[in-house]
Amino acid sequence: MTETQMIVTIGMMVLGTMFTRFLPFIAFPEHKPIPKWMVVLGDRLPYASLGMLVVYALKDVNVLSAPFGLPELVSLALMTFVHRWRHDTLISIGSGVSLYLVLVNILLK
Amino acid sequence: MKLKAFKAAFPITLPVLTGYLFLGMAFGLLMNKAGFSLIWSFLMSAIVFAGALQFAGIGLLSAAFDPLSALLLTILVNIRHIFYGVSMLEKYKGSGNKKFFMIFMMADEAFSINAAASLDDSIDRGWFYFFTSLLCYLYWQVSTWIGHLIGQLIPGEIKGLDFVLTALFYILFLNQWEHKENRPTLLLGLGATVISLLVLGKTQFLLGSMVLILIVILSKMIKEGAHHD
Repeated sequence: MTETQMIVTIGMMVLGTMFTRFLPFIAFPEHKPIPKWMVVLGDRLPYASLGMLVVYALKDVNVLSAPFGLPELVSLALMTFVHRWRHDTLISIGSGVSLYLVLVNILLK
Repeated sequence: MKLKAFKAAFPITLPVLTGYLFLGMAFGLLMNKAGFSLIWSFLMSAIVFAGALQFAGIGLLSAAFDPLSALLLTILVNIRHIFYGVSMLEKYKGSGNKKFFMIFMMADEAFSINAAASLDDSIDRGWFYFFTSLLCYLYWQVSTWIGHLIGQLIPGEIKGLDFVLTALFYILFLNQWEHKENRPTLLLGLGATVISLLVLGKTQFLLGSMVLILIVILSKMIKEGAHHD
C-alpha cells in the first residue's frame, strides 16, 4: 500500500467511526423534539449497553475447555463480595484484577 | 467549577488508565512489529480512537487497498456506538462546544463511565463528561506511543491485564444493579448478548444483540402504551 492509500484507509476508519458516534446527535439536534420511542430508548439503552459490554468483555472466555472460565468467574465473584462490603470502585476493581492476575499467571500456569 | 468536575472525573478514570496502558501498548507494539513507523500509530490513535477497530486496522493497512471494505468493517465493528449516542442525547444536551469533542471521544470506556455516573448538583455535568472523555483519550494516546517506542522491551509474560476493563464494566454494572428499577434492562442487555453470542458467534453477535434489545424495549413500550390507553 502506498502512503496515500494508507491515509485513505485510515480516513475510511475515521469516517465510519464518526458516523456511528455522531449519527444520533445529527438525527436529533438539541432544538428538535425527541419522539417518545427515542426518549424511551435513551432512558433504557445505557443499562442494556452496560449488560452488553460485560458480555462483550468476556467473549473470548472459553467455558468448554480448561480452565472453563473459572478465573473470570471467581474474580467477578470476589468483586461482587468486595463491592457489597466496601462500596469503593477502585478497591473492588483492584481486588478482582489482582486475584485474576495471580490465577492466570501463577496458579494456573 | 471545572476543577471540581475534574476532581470528580479523575479517580473514576484510573481503571481505564491501567487497562489502556496494556491495550494501547499492545497496539503500538503490534504496529511497530508490522513495520509501521510511529507516525502511523500516532495517527490511528489520535483520529480513529477506537480500540477494537484499531487492532483490525493493522490488518487493513497490511492488506491490499480496499477502502469500501475498510468503511464497512469499521461501521460493523463500531455500530454499538449508535446505542451510546442515543443513550447520551439528553445527558450531553446543553454542554456547548465541548459536546463535539465528547462525541468524538466516545469509546466504550468513556461512555460506560458517563452513562453510569450519578452526579450531585454541585458538579457541572458537561465538564465532568468532558474530563472523563479527555482523560481516557489522553491515556490511550500515551499508551500507544509508549508501546510503539519501547517495542520489544515490553514484558510479554504478564497475561490478563486487560481484565481491568472487564472489571470496570462489571463494577459499573453492579452500581446500577443496586437500583432495582434498572435490573430488568441490565438483565436484558446481558441475556440478549449471551443468546446472540451463542447463536451468531464471536464475530457477528453485537449486531444481533442490539436488534434483540431494540425489539424488546420498543415492544414493551408499545404494550405499556396500549395498557395506559
